[in-house]
Amino acid sequence: MSFVVYLTFILMSLALVIVFVRLVKGPTLPDRVVALELIASIMVGMIGVHAIHTETSSFIDVAIVMALTAFLAAIGFARFLERGGPRHD
Amino acid sequence: MIKSNWGFPRPFLSIFLVLLWLFLTNSFTWAQLLLGLFLGWLLPLVAHPFMPDQPHVRHPLLMLRYLLVFLADILSSNWVVARLLLGKPERLRPAFIHYPVELDNDYAITLLASTISLTPGTVSAHYDANTKQLLIHALHFEGEEAEMISQIKQRYENVLLEIFQC
Amino acid sequence: MIEWLIMFLLLSSAFFMLLAALGILRLPDLPTRMHASTKAGALGAILVMTSAALFFAESVVVTKAVAVILFILITAPIAAHAIGRAGYFVGVPLWEGSVKDELKSSYDPETHRLISGMETAEELDIYRKNLDIKPKVKLKRKKRRI
Repeated sequence: MSFVVYLTFILMSLALVIVFVRLVKGPTLPDRVVALELIASIMVGMIGVHAIHTETSSFIDVAIVMALTAFLAAIGFARFLERGGPRHD
Repeated sequence: MIKSNWGFPRPFLSIFLVLLWLFLTNSFTWAQLLLGLFLGWLLPLVAHPFMPDQPHVRHPLLMLRYLLVFLADILSSNWVVARLLLGKPERLRPAFIHYPVELDNDYAITLLASTISLTPGTVSAHYDANTKQLLIHALHFEGEEAEMISQIKQRYENVLLEIFQC
Repeated sequence: MIEWLIMFLLLSSAFFMLLAALGILRLPDLPTRMHASTKAGALGAILVMTSAALFFAESVVVTKAVAVILFILITAPIAAHAIGRAGYFVGVPLWEGSVKDELKSSYDPETHRLISGMETAEELDIYRKNLDIKPKVKLKRKKRRI
């Protein structure tokens, strides 16, 4: 079990590194936002694995908050890119 | 319009919230039940003005079947995307496609757009309420546009139409 | 038995997340990258939460895990939709291999607005006036660059 958990951690960290390359390269801001969103969902996954690893179920709450803030950040960036202002669609 | 009585604008949401509260606290005491009932009364009352009119779900069983088909399609869509990714990206033929929507409820359209986003090789990108067209981006597009549209129509939209409007 | 299932779920979620990362690195333009991040990223998080629910097997954890799964299922497509549209607003270059670009007809380069049918009459007037003006911002199609 613990071997599999470590392997999962390694693979997810590798995924984080790969996404980070895209985050740095970029070419445009929306590309970076997509990369940030994926980083957030990988973090949600890692927190879940950490909860299993330490057998502490309270970490699931952290995952909830992480998913929530990531969504808000994505929507905020989208609004920022669309030059703000009140819209109704 | 918004009715401003102090009752329960959404009874099902209230019941759901009370049950959710009891599950989250994991202890059935009278104090928790009272607190849950209070939250179940307060939250729908506060949130009600922000929610547009919800459609009536006519066929709950059909909804369940839709959910199962949807979950199966998420898995299969990931296989499709995985194969496309691990192949040569140069061979991809991405395209934007217009999809005419027949549904006329905002919730149902949102549900359709989200389903399209999570199922094989397509992402919804824009909705035009004037012409009632959904803009879909396909990762790999080959063959006829009409064929793809009818595929989506048969698999998802007709079921949604039956669930919400029959 | 359950332990094997948990291990399988964990490994497959790691696989899907790695796949999403590879996709976001390898694919040529913004909309195609969104395909990888929404589908594979969401599935990875869902699988981890399922395995956590199986591992703890308490009603509290199961409720929370189901809440996370539902939340991800609802938000992932909406976030992708918003970013994809915003990307088009800014004029992110599309890959030259794209077959069709049908968003162009409803995009107004002068004001950076997409017509979505929810506009007021005044806004539509402004849009119609600007129809004759030549676009200042051009959507260029760049060669693939990774």
